[in-house]
Amino acid sequence: MPKLTVQDLKKIKENTSKEMQLRGESGRIRILVHMGTCGIAAGAREVMHTLMEEMAAADRQDIRVVASGCMGMCSSEPNVTVEIEGETPIVYQHIDANKMRQIFKRHVLKGEVQSDFALARG
Amino acid sequence: MSRIRTQLMLCGGTGCKATSHGVREALQKELEKRGLAEEIQIVETGCNGFCSVGPVMLVQPEGIFYQKIQPKDIPQLVEEHFLKGRPLKRLFYVEPASEETIPRMNEIPFFSHQLLWVMRNKGVIDPEKIDDYIATDGYFGVAKALQEMTPEEIIAEVKTSGLRGRGGAGFPTGLKWEFARKSPGEVKYVLCNADEGDPGAFMDRSVLEADPHSVLEGMIIAAKAINSHQGYIYCRTEYPLAIHRLNIAIAQAKEYGLLGTDILGTGFDFDIEIYEGAGAFVCGEETALMRSIEGKRGMPRPRPPFPAQKGLWEKPTILNNVETLANIGQIILKGGKWYAGVGTETSKGTKVFALSGDINNIGLVEVPMGTPLRTIIYDIGGGIPNKKKFKAVQLGGPSGGCIPEQELDTPVDYQAIAKVGAIMGSGGMIVMDEDTCMVDMARFFMDFIQDESCGKCTPCREGTRRLLETLDRICEGKGKAGDIELLKELSYTIKDASLCGLGQTGPNPILSTLRYFRDEYEAHIYEKRCPAKRCTALLKFEINPELCTKCGLCFKACPSGAIIWQKKETARIDKEKCVKCLSCFEKCKFGAIF
Repeated sequence: MPKLTVQDLKKIKENTSKEMQLRGESGRIRILVHMGTCGIAAGAREVMHTLMEEMAAADRQDIRVVASGCMGMCSSEPNVTVEIEGETPIVYQHIDANKMRQIFKRHVLKGEVQSDFALARG
Repeated sequence: MSRIRTQLMLCGGTGCKATSHGVREALQKELEKRGLAEEIQIVETGCNGFCSVGPVMLVQPEGIFYQKIQPKDIPQLVEEHFLKGRPLKRLFYVEPASEETIPRMNEIPFFSHQLLWVMRNKGVIDPEKIDDYIATDGYFGVAKALQEMTPEEIIAEVKTSGLRGRGGAGFPTGLKWEFARKSPGEVKYVLCNADEGDPGAFMDRSVLEADPHSVLEGMIIAAKAINSHQGYIYCRTEYPLAIHRLNIAIAQAKEYGLLGTDILGTGFDFDIEIYEGAGAFVCGEETALMRSIEGKRGMPRPRPPFPAQKGLWEKPTILNNVETLANIGQIILKGGKWYAGVGTETSKGTKVFALSGDINNIGLVEVPMGTPLRTIIYDIGGGIPNKKKFKAVQLGGPSGGCIPEQELDTPVDYQAIAKVGAIMGSGGMIVMDEDTCMVDMARFFMDFIQDESCGKCTPCREGTRRLLETLDRICEGKGKAGDIELLKELSYTIKDASLCGLGQTGPNPILSTLRYFRDEYEAHIYEKRCPAKRCTALLKFEINPELCTKCGLCFKACPSGAIIWQKKETARIDKEKCVKCLSCFEKCKFGAIF
């Protein structure tokens, strides 16, 4: 490998910081995938996979994905909660891969709440 | 960007590794079994600092802190937390005083009172990945120093920071560099002292294990400051993990051209080698350390000439401690003024301490200079376990002294600590509770010192042995009038006449215990009594009827049938039959046996 220059140093910093983002401050947006036994049985794993694919494509530093537990509304699983700083959290119900994609692209990235899938505020 | 949603920061420090056998493998296996291996990543970090609750793991981005993880916990942990999103409460930290369960690391008092500068990367980066270090501004100090600064400017910046040697003596780092800079000579050396030898001290080891590149960065900058092209890290061979990670770090830095010729294209050359020491305490003394690197027997020589004039192979040399060097990169990057913004009048920045002994939270802590010792022991350390009372804290290892309860509000500051009879030292902080006998404690350190004395000069070689013999006598109940005066006189003679720091500071544990706990010496000598009941030769093997609860535990424990006891009756000891094995003494919960 050729010797580094200061420019290379900056490049390495930029690339690696992305990977290390998770270890720093918490993000501005949190997406909770509820993954209780009920959620997993209803398909939350697939929802999580889709979400992670979308996350990779979006390349955003301020979003955190958290696997969360059962909310107690097992009949409405899979549930996903989107928490954007300064806004009311929205709980979505009966989410599948397609709905997840739509929620991510519209609500998370553009701030448009997808009322059709929503279960509740907060 | 990767698809990783969670990173598991598993502590890979020596303390945790010693007890975490199989945890990493079990975790990896379980994540794969559950199909989570692609979204959850394990990162092995350096020492997290909270060694007493190890093995520890931090789950990011949630910040959940797990303690005392064992392989058998892993299947449940993975299923509950990583699959179903329910953090596993039984592995949370429990605050000893309030018995409150605290799930998040930054809410645990042990962590929340600290200021991490030297240890800023602990638990954040993988110490075996240079890219991780670069991502946290690593080597940007080198870039700035080599590209934009003259050696004089580097020295001026370090002087402005007020940084003083963290190895113990507290000599201003910038000044040391300036002396070496001004020394004439083509060949000069930069040395790193990683020969940490104080009993109870493990700061430098942890820094090397958690962030080895920070030390390399400090050395490169130092080299530029004094115009040196070769450096050595003198590390004791008992630190295998530190040496392993240093070797990886040096190889990576060489591959990136951060060591070797023409560093970062600036035309500056510098290389580093590791020299493994055999672990002699005296080799932490600078002139002995240099002899050892030269391949000779590690013995000190008189100063002057100082190493800045004639050091390793008679060439101008600077020797800095691990923690000192780990500060340098950030001082250059953020400026000396930034560094000097924290601390007291005479002591700037932060200091790392290794907390151990009779304290709840054993581990590694970093606090701003000026923090009162009480804060470290009670707020960060969580106080004394088993409802015992605090007695004293030993600072600076065998060269230091003890500080009693009434002086606990002393701030962490070179001058203030010296005033109460101890030294800042390299950062060993051993806490002792009321059950510690101070004479016995002084004897322990004197035993260590006379063992480690290299034997070159008579005061240290013979004097420390005589001190130990006297203390042995006192602890065995053979102390006599005049012993205290003898200890004092001999101690001062050794301090005045010894060749190097080892002898000059060796009697400190005796002098400082005499200063604050003279009554304990007197009790040993005149009353043949050990107030803490540690010196077993002074036990009378009698039972205090006022303290005896008639429980019979001593009776059951005695192997020689020397205890006379019946239900609802006070026990007695038949001295004819007693073999002084201490079985009864250890079993008695009420301190009735004396």
